[in-house]
Order: sequence, then structure tokens, then C-alpha cells
Amino acid sequence: MNVVVCAKLVPTGTPTLGPDHLVVRSGVDGTLDPGDEYGLELALQLTEQHGGDVTVVSMGPDEAGQALQRALAMGASRGVLVSDPSLRGADALVTARVLAAAIATTAFDLVVAGVESTDGYTGTVPVTVAELLGIASVTAVRRLEPSDTGARIERMTERGYDVYECPLPAVVTVTAGAVEPRYPSLKGIMQAKQKPVDRPSLQDLGVSDTTVTQIVTAVTDTPTKAGGEIVQGDEAVGRIADLLAEAKAI
Amino acid sequence: MARAWVYAEVTPDGPHPAALELLTHARSFDEAPAAIALGPGATAAATELGAYGAASVYASDDPVFAEHPGRPAAHVLAGLIEDEPTEVVLFAQTYDSRDVAGRLQGCTGSALMGNATSITDPRHARAEIFGGTKIVDVELAGPAPTLILLRPKSIVAEPTGGIARVVPLEADVLEEVRGARIVERHEEATSGPRLEDAKVVLAGGRGLGGPDAFAILDELANEIGGAAVGASRAAVDAGWVPYSYQIGQTGKTVKPEVYLAAGISGALQHIVGMKGAKRIVAINKDADAPLLAMADLGVVGDLFQVLPALMEEIRRRKGS
Repeated sequence: MNVVVCAKLVPTGTPTLGPDHLVVRSGVDGTLDPGDEYGLELALQLTEQHGGDVTVVSMGPDEAGQALQRALAMGASRGVLVSDPSLRGADALVTARVLAAAIATTAFDLVVAGVESTDGYTGTVPVTVAELLGIASVTAVRRLEPSDTGARIERMTERGYDVYECPLPAVVTVTAGAVEPRYPSLKGIMQAKQKPVDRPSLQDLGVSDTTVTQIVTAVTDTPTKAGGEIVQGDEAVGRIADLLAEAKAI
Repeated sequence: MARAWVYAEVTPDGPHPAALELLTHARSFDEAPAAIALGPGATAAATELGAYGAASVYASDDPVFAEHPGRPAAHVLAGLIEDEPTEVVLFAQTYDSRDVAGRLQGCTGSALMGNATSITDPRHARAEIFGGTKIVDVELAGPAPTLILLRPKSIVAEPTGGIARVVPLEADVLEEVRGARIVERHEEATSGPRLEDAKVVLAGGRGLGGPDAFAILDELANEIGGAAVGASRAAVDAGWVPYSYQIGQTGKTVKPEVYLAAGISGALQHIVGMKGAKRIVAINKDADAPLLAMADLGVVGDLFQVLPALMEEIRRRKGS
């Protein structure tokens, strides 16, 4: 089973916005989105058990190469990085177009992504990629096993979980906690430097439309609520009970 | 046709509460929004959707939409948009609706905005980012309709007492585009109020140290009555409680009268899901926990002492 993992570079710590209202990504410390590590771990386990390779695909500034290096150090075989100045500030649709085009250059049975990025949280890019590729998808996956017809997948729901039969190829998004991501070994880190990373241009991928459809026109700070009162252990119990009584909860 | 459509999630039990909120959002700029309801229960849901302002409800009860979530619904929406152009389609920021919206964007190539908290018109909406610390106003360009996902509980649904015209839809979903199929459904057994509806929410985090400590919260919820137990993502990721407990950006949004957080430090991702609570109590050993600073009552202390003592105090007050 060949698996493509989508990987995003996110700023370490709380992201900041530049004067153009875009998240500052160049020249800041970044890391592989922790939310992507679960999908990567699942992909590595699947290929270890059933054969095949893991390819990591990322779109971002040159710094996104760091995110790829971590994924390669964890055990992915090769990377694809799409980096172009015109992609700065790319929205969900442009991102999906680029990722779909990059994924389409590889031979894959499964595409794995995080449920949503840790900085943007839109959470729609993977299914849009699936639609552009014309394949099935299941989101919020906590377990996946190959089956006779494709894959048997458990998806988390608001009230429990559902089991799916999913034809392959397909796109899945993997939830945090589904698996325990491994730490890159020293050997893995050394080997990662030797692994191939393709850097196709947008022209190579046949992506011509990078027009952004979401424009931030203003950014304001949320009015901060005046902090409440801080009390220590002993005094606290009566105060919490008072507050519950005030809310007519007891 | 209406300027605004609302994609209404439905089950045989009725419309998703967020669908009624979406209609209220839509009515701020469109007097007569339309709702699209797909799957078993759709036609029956039209009554309630109409009562909250849907002038018309496009409905199909076809089980294909429940068995194959996402893709068939997106394709039917794309077909409708071709036939009857509209300016905006509103979705709830839930896992299910988000999947439909993302698929639909692949078909229409239009702008999609996630995590919106309010909408001015089909091209302008507002969202909170970075855990609600910043507000961004966004303009949406590109082909119509724009696709806007609104966070549940950003608005209180207001009934209009209206009656919707029901337009039956023929579901014509080809086998090859149905995609993944649900073969089993599992629901966690729950008692007491739903997390989203509870007057009091007791939430536990990493500070609980393990799954057993959630029993303390359960017992306290029972003692209070009308209380539900939730959790931070850290506690869910650790496998202590199921995902259905999760409160936050990923997970549920709650707005109770009282929110009591035990052992939750207050990551941005958690705050998004509970900052609308009327009264916030946070208990944490660590005086620097961010949630303490935003709480109405921040308790620096050991939750394993404070909670049992609180239980005793509530019993004492009830008894007197």
C-alpha cells in the first residue's frame, strides 16, 4: 500500500499576523504540524505491515523543508515540496488544488492528512483534495485496516463512532490520539538527509490559478474580559458553591 | 430563489440545532432563506426549519445521504446551484457539514470560509482566530455562491413561526460517486443532559491524571443535577474519555450557566469551545495556567481536595 501524507509547516508557539494580515511563516521557527504526526504514524504502520512506501507532500515556504525533514526522519521514503512566491497567503482552495496536483504525480492507494491544521483550523482541504482527485474520503479517522473491498475505517462522531467500508484510493484524515507518533531516531535523522525531495514548479503541476478568494480586510483584538478573582484552596469551596447557587444550579 | 441557502443537517429525530442558528444568521440579510435537507427525516424536519425562517425547504429522504456522508450531498448541492444560482450557502462548523462544504468547494471553485462567528452579507463575514484572541473580517471573492461555515452557538436561534414550502428533491446519485459507506454505527451510552444543552458543565483535563478521576466529576454532576461532564482534548487524546466528551475548537462548543474546569490549563483550542460560558470556574494546581486568568473564579489548589469538599458542601446546603 503506497501512502501519501500531507504535511504542513506551522509556526512553533502562537502564530502571529503580519501587516498584510497573513500568518507570518517565513523566518519564524516552524515545525511539522503536530496534528499531522498521527496520520504519518498511521501511514508508517500501514506500510510496515502491508508493504509500500510513504511519500510526504507539503506546500509552503522553503522553511517547510524542515517539516518534510522531520517526516522523513520518522520514516517516510521521499518528499514533495511545492514552494512558490505566488502561493503566499494561499487559501483552502488554492492549497487543495496544489496538493491534489502534487499527489496526482505519485502512485498512491491512500492519502492521509490531519483533521485540521493547528494554525488555521479550516479542516476542509483534505476533502476538497478528494473531490478534485475524484476519490472517496473519510474524515476524523481513529482506525484503518485494509479490507477485501478497500479499507475498513472507524470514524469518530459527536456521539460515538461509525464504521465505514471505503473503496481505495481514498483520502482520510486522522485524529489526534489515534496512534502514538514515534520520535525520529538518530539514525532516521541522519538517513533523512539522503532521502529524495522533489520540488516541482506550479507549471510542472499544471496549476495556473492561484487567485486567493479569501481576503482579510481587518484584524482586531478581542476585547479582553476583566480577569476574575483568584482564590486559594480552602476558601474556594464555599465560593464555588455560592457561584453555583447564584446560577440557580443547586 | 433565495440569496442564502442553509445546508441543514437532519436525522429522523429532527434538524441539527445548528441548522436553526444558521437560518437566524441568514435572515439578517435575506428575508426568505432556503434550507436544503438531505437524508432520512428531511421532509419531516421542514416544519421546524420553516418555524425558524426557512421560506422553502428542498428535501430528500433518500437513505443514500445517511449511508454515504459527504459526497452525494455535495454533488446534489452542486447540481442545485447550477439550476438555481444563489449567493451563499451556510454550513455549521461540524465534522459532517464541513465535509459537504469542502467537497462542494471542489465542484464550484468558490470561496470557503471556516470558523465564522457572524455574517454581514454573502461576501463578508467575521471569524475569531488563535483561540478567539483576534477577530478577522474577511471579504470573499470568486464565483458564487460563497461557502461559509459558522461555529455552532455563535447566535441564539430565533423562531419566526413561519411555514416552509417543501420542494421534493430527486436524489440521483451514481453508484461510482457515492464513496465510503457506513456499515455500523456505535453510540456511547449517556445519561443526563447533553453536553451542549447542560446548564452546568464539569470538564476535566490532563490534571485529572487518568480516567478514574472522571468518576469524581460524574459524581459531582449527579449531585448538582442538570450537569454534564466534558473534557479537554488532552484528556481525550490520552484515551481517558471518548471523543464525544471533547470541548474545544475540535469537539463541542458549550455555553452553560456555569463552566467548571478541573485540571485544564487552557490551550487556545480548548478556550474556543467554552469561552461563551456565563460563569467560568477553573481549578488548577498551577497558578500560571491561562484558564485561571480568564476565569470568573480561579482556584489555585488540588482538585482532588477541592472537588470532594465541594461535593460535601453541596450536600450540606441541599440538606439544610
